[in-house]
Amino acid sequence: MKGRFGIYGGQYVPETLMSPLAELESAWAEARADPDYVAEMERHRRDFIGRPTPLYFAERLSELHGNRIHLKREDLCHTGAHKVNNALGQALLAVRMGKRRVIAETGAGQHGVAVATLSARFGLDCTVYMGREDMRRQAVNVQRMGLLGAEVREVTAGTMTLKDATSEAIRDWVTNVRTTHYIIGSAVGPHPYPEMVRDLQRVIGDEARAQYLAAEGRLPEVVVACVGGGSNAIGIFTAFLGDEDVRLLGVEAGGSGIAGGRHAASLAAGRPGVLHGALSYLLQDADGQVLPTHSVSAGLDYPGVGPEHSFLRDAERAEYLPVEDADAVAALRLCTKLEGILPALEPAHALHVAGTLPGRVLVCLSGRGDKDLDNLAPD
Amino acid sequence: MLRISNGELGLIPYLMAGHPDRDRSTGAARSLAGLPVAALELGIPFSDPLADGPVIQRAGHAALEAGTTVATCLELAAEVSPRVPVVFMSYVNPILSYGPERFAADSAAAGVAGVILPDLPPEEAGSVASALESKGLATVFMAAPTSSPERIRLICDASRGFVYCVTVTGITGVRSELPEGIAELLGRVRAATRLPVAAGFGISRPEHLRALRGAADAAAVGSAVVNEVAEGRDPAGLVQELLAACR
Repeated sequence: MKGRFGIYGGQYVPETLMSPLAELESAWAEARADPDYVAEMERHRRDFIGRPTPLYFAERLSELHGNRIHLKREDLCHTGAHKVNNALGQALLAVRMGKRRVIAETGAGQHGVAVATLSARFGLDCTVYMGREDMRRQAVNVQRMGLLGAEVREVTAGTMTLKDATSEAIRDWVTNVRTTHYIIGSAVGPHPYPEMVRDLQRVIGDEARAQYLAAEGRLPEVVVACVGGGSNAIGIFTAFLGDEDVRLLGVEAGGSGIAGGRHAASLAAGRPGVLHGALSYLLQDADGQVLPTHSVSAGLDYPGVGPEHSFLRDAERAEYLPVEDADAVAALRLCTKLEGILPALEPAHALHVAGTLPGRVLVCLSGRGDKDLDNLAPD
Repeated sequence: MLRISNGELGLIPYLMAGHPDRDRSTGAARSLAGLPVAALELGIPFSDPLADGPVIQRAGHAALEAGTTVATCLELAAEVSPRVPVVFMSYVNPILSYGPERFAADSAAAGVAGVILPDLPPEEAGSVASALESKGLATVFMAAPTSSPERIRLICDASRGFVYCVTVTGITGVRSELPEGIAELLGRVRAATRLPVAAGFGISRPEHLRALRGAADAAAVGSAVVNEVAEGRDPAGLVQELLAACR
């Protein structure tokens, strides 16, 4: 079925968005087949983002854990996270579609900063929706978006985090759809977003697989990535889906523990439901109401997950497990001390798992941690 | 399914079930059920209502805080359905969670006439719409200003009971003026169906209703009615004023 990953995905949106989604789908299909679009994206990836990002052997972490850990350095992307890969592709698409206004939701602020950055670069009018709680805990990114000329709109509904910012961005899009392109930040939302975001992020895995083969002469045994909506994870997993011997491991936010209910582990503790336009695993109560979530990392603090991850989970091609706040913070500190690399709290969840695995481990280091300094207790 | 007298514009007031709490919501619904309205739309609250503006968002939040569930919404519907056609309006997730077959059976038992789910376009409606149809309930689909002619045909073919025409490119909420082009849109939808066509979103004032007479068969008024309940007033006062503008 169109826009489905097994039973997951779909287009559960108000009628107002159905024709615009069809237009987006055909615009995206035309763009990706157009050598000019592809060449322009390649050029900006190289000159603006700084791709390819390095694959880095984490020698001291490996020595400590008794395994062999490589990091895919998406933290070295311009703006500090993998989010810019998707924002670039969609900003170029917005220009191509003649839409001069873009909107975005953001949790940690990394996607918001990426969209604000591309909007500055291409002269687009940019509005970013961000929950009040996230604006507080990611204040540096709010300041960056302001400098870049974006308007950050505070969202005070619900838990005032990424879920509510996404709902508000969709309401803006429903209202201004004729002039506005919605640059969704993760591999979530109605078709064609999950596919489009995956295809814009798969550059992570395509590069990493080739780099790993060149460096090690064989493939990793495990690929590990954090999963909120899951765009960096699907971006790195996609290149390895055909490599049946490579284990794919997604790491969700375990918050303060699954048992206590304060977490954001949709795949570990949710059941299928519809949020933000797609059917996927969802944290919801017995009556189908979406549950509040908690994570120390704003970027993973989301009750849903991209539909392709739900499919990969059910198909048992990828495994997903939660990591708690305290373990992620400890992994962040350890990586910084031993490798001189300050990861964001989101990929720190993946780093914790990497430390528990034997053998050859590839970790997607999806972003840098400067934004998280205010959330770490003094050492 | 809609009660409409010849030559009049039918009025469909909306209440959020369980808002602000069970007793006051029941009182408001009973009060409106006694009026000559075309139908009563009852909202089943959802935590993340994408198509709703601030008034209905807040009402839904308050209803959930007050302990409203799909089951209590069914009880409210059963209470008023002998006196007025009841149409549920919700989002797809509470229905999927309750189970489409069970929801259809329990809604039919509660005397509900139809269901509107703004985040369920015809393409995704399969199992939910067939469950409702098997119990004799109408699934009402929405047309919007952005709908292509092909989509308007699809929506009209899939709809039962009536077709809901979203008059604004946007979300629910009170607006001072009706949008331009509304008569043209309603004309396109009416040309595609024999079912009655109801206009909704942004309709709140008597002059809006007077302008819609002849262009639509019915008009839904949501946020303005919900706002009366939120302010502690009996919504029957406003609804009677609106009814006068429909004749």
